[in-house]
Amino acid sequence: MIEEMERDERVFLMGEEVGYYQGAYKVSEGMLDRFGAGRVIDAPIAEGGFAGMGVGAAMVGLRPIIEFMTWNFSAVAFDQILSNASKIRQMSGGQFTVPIVFRAPNGSAAQVGSQHSQAMEHFYSHIPGLKVIAPAMPADAKGLLKSAIRDDNPVLCFESETLYSVRGEVPDESDYLVPLGVADIARAGKDVTIIAWSRIVHVALDAAKTLEKEGIDAEVVDLRSLRPLDSDTIVASVSKTHRAVIAGEGWPFGGVGAEISDRIQRLAFDELDAPIERVQTMDVPMPYNAKLEQLVIPQASGIVDAVKRTLYRA
Amino acid sequence: MNHMIAATTPSSSVSSSSDVRLERLLSFYHQMQRIRRCEEESARAYAQGKIGGFLHLYIGQEAVAVGACAALQPDDYVMGTYRDHGLAVAKGMSVKTVMAELFGKVTGCSRGLGGSMHLFDAEHHMLGGYGIVGGHIPLAAGVAFASKYRKDGRVTLCFFGEGAVSIGGFHEALSLASLWKLPIVFICENNEYSMGTPLSRTMAVEDVTLRASGYGVAKDRLFVRDVLEVEARVGQAVERARKNSEPTLIEARTYRFRGHSMSDPGKYRTPAELEERKKSDPLTRARTELEASVLADKLAAIDAEVEQEIEEAVRFADESPEPTADLLEPTTYSGPFAR
Repeated sequence: MIEEMERDERVFLMGEEVGYYQGAYKVSEGMLDRFGAGRVIDAPIAEGGFAGMGVGAAMVGLRPIIEFMTWNFSAVAFDQILSNASKIRQMSGGQFTVPIVFRAPNGSAAQVGSQHSQAMEHFYSHIPGLKVIAPAMPADAKGLLKSAIRDDNPVLCFESETLYSVRGEVPDESDYLVPLGVADIARAGKDVTIIAWSRIVHVALDAAKTLEKEGIDAEVVDLRSLRPLDSDTIVASVSKTHRAVIAGEGWPFGGVGAEISDRIQRLAFDELDAPIERVQTMDVPMPYNAKLEQLVIPQASGIVDAVKRTLYRA
Repeated sequence: MNHMIAATTPSSSVSSSSDVRLERLLSFYHQMQRIRRCEEESARAYAQGKIGGFLHLYIGQEAVAVGACAALQPDDYVMGTYRDHGLAVAKGMSVKTVMAELFGKVTGCSRGLGGSMHLFDAEHHMLGGYGIVGGHIPLAAGVAFASKYRKDGRVTLCFFGEGAVSIGGFHEALSLASLWKLPIVFICENNEYSMGTPLSRTMAVEDVTLRASGYGVAKDRLFVRDVLEVEARVGQAVERARKNSEPTLIEARTYRFRGHSMSDPGKYRTPAELEERKKSDPLTRARTELEASVLADKLAAIDAEVEQEIEEAVRFADESPEPTADLLEPTTYSGPFAR
């Protein structure tokens, strides 16, 4: 964000606690000092108001980054994203575009209860006019976010509270861009394809290690973007392994997992040697109790079991 | 002689300021008449099945958009509701491009993709009509934020009905505009009916402008009878926005003579009420004043000009081609479609 704000003065950051508090999760640490209160703007608790303001500012040429404290709170700004951000280009006959980034941590954290643990990317991926990214790796977090800020469409970035502490190599270049809509092979393998995004990529990699010990060579596809969704990489991987397990946070009814499953059966039906498996959040609101929470969230063990079912080894 | 001079001097100065008023009134009459006739013809086209969906007419409220837009510079922004035809024309858009949009034609201002409720025009800084009550008020605050951020000196006018005063978007936008001192004028067009429900059944506090006090926003309340008064009062708020970068909430009490939309026969109010209110129709009042003046002969010419413009607009809309499917994807995303 700092590099993009230095590159383009139309870019600004607005959200709760982004300035003086240095970010609820310290994501914007130091930015207020660097850019001042005119460009790093502390907003009151009015998500609908400041999300809408971001959309209006984008319509007339600024490039706002709107931070929600978590994606859960975007629900009160949902109308601004659904009815305005995603539709203004089309309903104006293409006259106005909305180059805006909404970003926040998403999904489960650690015992924060049902209202603070939701996976909101499913709601937004449904909406034409929006783009949705969900990085898992530090380098992608940089490269995808930079691409998002430079994109002329509304882009929603789904981060993760538990991934903020993940360390990894991040290229220094200020023009390090990861294109939207291109998945990454996080681990190459030949026996089964595990398709995951955001935090669950790491869980899938753990599962792959366990499977390796049992002689199963899993390929892990890190989607990185959910819309556009990289069907080509998914189909190429499934065509190689002939088995697919989709793993991600969020309830199983509909959603991104169902969309991926639909694409695989439409685009690679003849390649499949087993039904597609899905490992998702259990179909209940998130419980507070630590053990029950872990039961509800997708785990590596659940992915391992699903992989074995696709190999008829269960 | 002295007496005569003393008597004529003030009277000639009165007559010259009254001439200025009449010239201005004539020009506003022209604008209001364009809107009134555009609305009447669109109602007719709706009945003929040439316009689909919802059609919310602005008949009776013309003086608000015309007076308010007259207080603006051409580069200033406006944003409004689904009842947006009048605002579009008042901001300088042609009746042709509005009518073609209502007919769903590709020559319409939004290329036939927006429709009656979503009139947009980048050239005239008409930032659109919006169909979710109150949802556009934060957008307008964002536009004003951008003006302040860029120091471009522009002012944003945001129009909404009194129905929007009960929803959160109104309050959040007012609160943020005050906190960040944004150059915006919020104009609540209070036409006394939130669809079919009268004010008394939607608001415990009928004076909309009292909401401004809680947010530290300047306020003004006027009963719209004279279009020139609208211009003057909105003008003060526009100046406050432009010079001090401060928001204002204006309540313009007005009245719509037709139903909420074409599907509403308006049975919730009596014919007597409607007839009584038509007596204070700002358009009729302007016409009566002009008829009594030396400019009366110009009225006929203006009426004829408007009739010709409307006729041409309807013909243009009728004869224009429809948008084709190849427009859908490029207007949804800038660049490649994200699927």
